[in-house]
Amino acid sequence: MSLLREQDAIEVRERLKAMTSPVRLVHFTQELNLDYGRETKQLLEELSGLSDQLKLEVHNFLLEKDQAAEYGVAMVPATVICNGQAKGIRFYGMPAGYEFANLLDAILMVSQSDSGLSAESREKVAAITQPIHLQVFVTPT
Amino acid sequence: MRLAQSFALENDLIQADCIEATEFPDLSSRFRVYAVPKTIINGAASIEGSLPESFFLEEILKTLPAQETGSAGVGDTP
Repeated sequence: MSLLREQDAIEVRERLKAMTSPVRLVHFTQELNLDYGRETKQLLEELSGLSDQLKLEVHNFLLEKDQAAEYGVAMVPATVICNGQAKGIRFYGMPAGYEFANLLDAILMVSQSDSGLSAESREKVAAITQPIHLQVFVTPT
Repeated sequence: MRLAQSFALENDLIQADCIEATEFPDLSSRFRVYAVPKTIINGAASIEGSLPESFFLEEILKTLPAQETGSAGVGDTP
């Protein structure tokens, strides 16, 4: 049974047409002892099937430690939104409900390389010279 | 969430994690997440709720040690 309803899939496919460059969804998961691990992977499989520009890469978190470190992934399920070398945007947990919309926004933003920020904010953000780790806690509803 | 991701897209030094709080209860508890959204900056400072773009950015910049370049005047106010 699919997680995305047919009507939702149609709408998502339509939205993803706005993608202007390929995006990789680099997903880390594990088979056992992971709530929603299987569902998260399935959701991403369904999503990536809706655009030729979207590629899903699935990694085993327990066996592929080097890859996890490369992508800065500390826990699972994790999904890194990648375009070229950039890999600063991660989703931890299942991006369902409101978070699914958020994931779509992130994919489009990365694909279009457009942060949507004001010129002033862009300047300030570009001037930052030290690493910043932002952890935004959310819930699906 | 969108803003944190926008910042990450503009600067490779910035990492934006969107964390589903109920799936990571230990982490949520460690950072005292009782309401969402809540943003933790470098594992220490936090921002409760959503803020407009310029305020959110200022709140983040305030937590950083003084930078050598750019952002003149940022962090002047407590």
